[in-house]
Amino acid sequence: MSRLLARLLGRLPIGWLQLVHQRGRFAAALSGVAFANVLVFVQIGLMSSMGASTLRPYEFFQGDILISAADANTLTDGGNVARQWLLQALADPDVVDGMGVFVAMVPWDRGETDISLTTFGIDPFRTNFLAPEIAADVDVLQLKDAAILDRLARGLTREEAAAIRLQTPLSFETQGRTLTAYDTFAGGGGFGGDGYLLVSDQTFLSLFPARSSGAPDHILLQLRPGAEPDAVADRLKLLIADSTLRIRSYADAMDEEVRFQQTQRPTGVIFGFGVLIGVLVGIVIVFQVLSADVADHLREYATFKAMGYGQGFFLGVVIEEAVILGVLGFIPGVIAGWGILTLMATVTTLPLFISFEMAVIVFVGTVVFSALSGMIATRRLAAADPADLF
Amino acid sequence: MEDVDISIQTSALNHYFGTGEARKQALFDIDLQIERGSFIVMVGPSGSGKTTLLTLLGCLREIQEGSVTLLGQELRNATAAQNVRMRRRLGFIFQAHNLHQSLTAQQNVLMGLQVKGHLNQALSDKAAAHVLSLLGLAERLDYLPANLSGGQKQRVAIGRALVGNPDVVLADEPTAALDWETAAKVVDLLKQLGQARGTTTMMVTHDNRILDRADRILTLEDGRLVGDEDRRS
Repeated sequence: MSRLLARLLGRLPIGWLQLVHQRGRFAAALSGVAFANVLVFVQIGLMSSMGASTLRPYEFFQGDILISAADANTLTDGGNVARQWLLQALADPDVVDGMGVFVAMVPWDRGETDISLTTFGIDPFRTNFLAPEIAADVDVLQLKDAAILDRLARGLTREEAAAIRLQTPLSFETQGRTLTAYDTFAGGGGFGGDGYLLVSDQTFLSLFPARSSGAPDHILLQLRPGAEPDAVADRLKLLIADSTLRIRSYADAMDEEVRFQQTQRPTGVIFGFGVLIGVLVGIVIVFQVLSADVADHLREYATFKAMGYGQGFFLGVVIEEAVILGVLGFIPGVIAGWGILTLMATVTTLPLFISFEMAVIVFVGTVVFSALSGMIATRRLAAADPADLF
Repeated sequence: MEDVDISIQTSALNHYFGTGEARKQALFDIDLQIERGSFIVMVGPSGSGKTTLLTLLGCLREIQEGSVTLLGQELRNATAAQNVRMRRRLGFIFQAHNLHQSLTAQQNVLMGLQVKGHLNQALSDKAAAHVLSLLGLAERLDYLPANLSGGQKQRVAIGRALVGNPDVVLADEPTAALDWETAAKVVDLLKQLGQARGTTTMMVTHDNRILDRADRILTLEDGRLVGDEDRRS
């Protein structure tokens, strides 16, 4: 390692030699950096999982424009939209079809554990608004009180989910009615619910009698091929008399919800702070280690100063140490972070994992912040006065 | 005397420590001319200004009053970068060895070469090993300072100062930790360098045995140069 570093640096790898000289301190420093990495990975993993789980229900549908109430910051929040605006929107030459989407939470008493399912009420005849894998099975929703259940929902065992078929449906009671799940689809638990349920709009209205067929939660529009969603959305804002409505492209709606979840919702803000705290812990640990190291070698550095070594040399040595700590601390950090996220994913069914991009960002961040800590630590070098050596 | 033969020249050199009422003068009107290749010993009681003079000649302190010309370059008003460049032409031997504890004897000596820029690794290793063998440490190249005796450490420090073939060696009690036989070897080595390469040595010492080998003995008292004995004649 020393020879390799000497070749890379074109000088003695003093930083490396200093670190390995005090093995106990080196191991403690690496553990500290690894710990900071784990903190960051877990928090970024949670944030990223929040983004992925937020977008998951959007993937059930196919649309170009989403019309929602003014206070609908998410797919499950906010008031209703009058169906009349769907008819109004269809007056635009680029809008070819539209569908109202109803959303509500449905509790499912599972004995020891009650779970809560985000339930979408849709028009089962408009399969063009559904993702292909869902559209293929949606015919059953034409039956009264029929449902398609999320096979990845929390509290539902794999065996139970696998047994749900047309011939062996699963019935359960909710909202004072008996729903029957004839098929399943892949949803997954999120931060707002334990899974998803798809029913027809008619079944939805019988589950929630207070709701009106004329007031779905969202209106989903499809445009003719080649139409520009943003331009059409702008036109619809002028066409639709209710100026309080949120009319945006489907892609914008997805982005806005992720942003809302990550920056406005307490959980998102907490995860964001978690990342910040992880970074700060890492900076403090590396700074402390390097700062103590500089203090320990002050007399030796003063000797090198007397010999004619300049500030750049010392900066190089400390940054060399910082980068070594960052690189070597990252390896156990990414392994431990991956292990913890995998365990959490198993327990929560959230999409928790370390992506390649995430690993690269954390690695680069670790090295950069370690180097930054090193640069700050070199300020102590000013105390190394070679004149004091005589 | 030709300019080219002069390594160190000081003129009306004064130096002070502290400010205001606490200001104290440490050196008074030091005028010196040190010939290239000479072996100079500086003596005097503690607090007489020897170390202060050494630090001024070594570009480790700013010249406040008077003039110091080192290897043909005026040090007064020299920039920090000029001082750093000049220090690379010098060899320092401190009373304390100040070896880097994480580096082996050979690596510590290499530091004296590396400061001069990127050098061939194999040649540098060979040069460091050669200097250490001249100092009787051929068997200790890979030893860390913690595993060397006080005298051995000091010899490594001497090797570090000499390996880069400095133009001037500034040494403060370099032989204090050495037995006389080794100390004599070190002095002979410095003198040989003076003769062969024109290396000038300015050494502070209290060891009377070394005085006998000096080309010139400077005596400082209370910051004043009170004696200048040329022993070559």
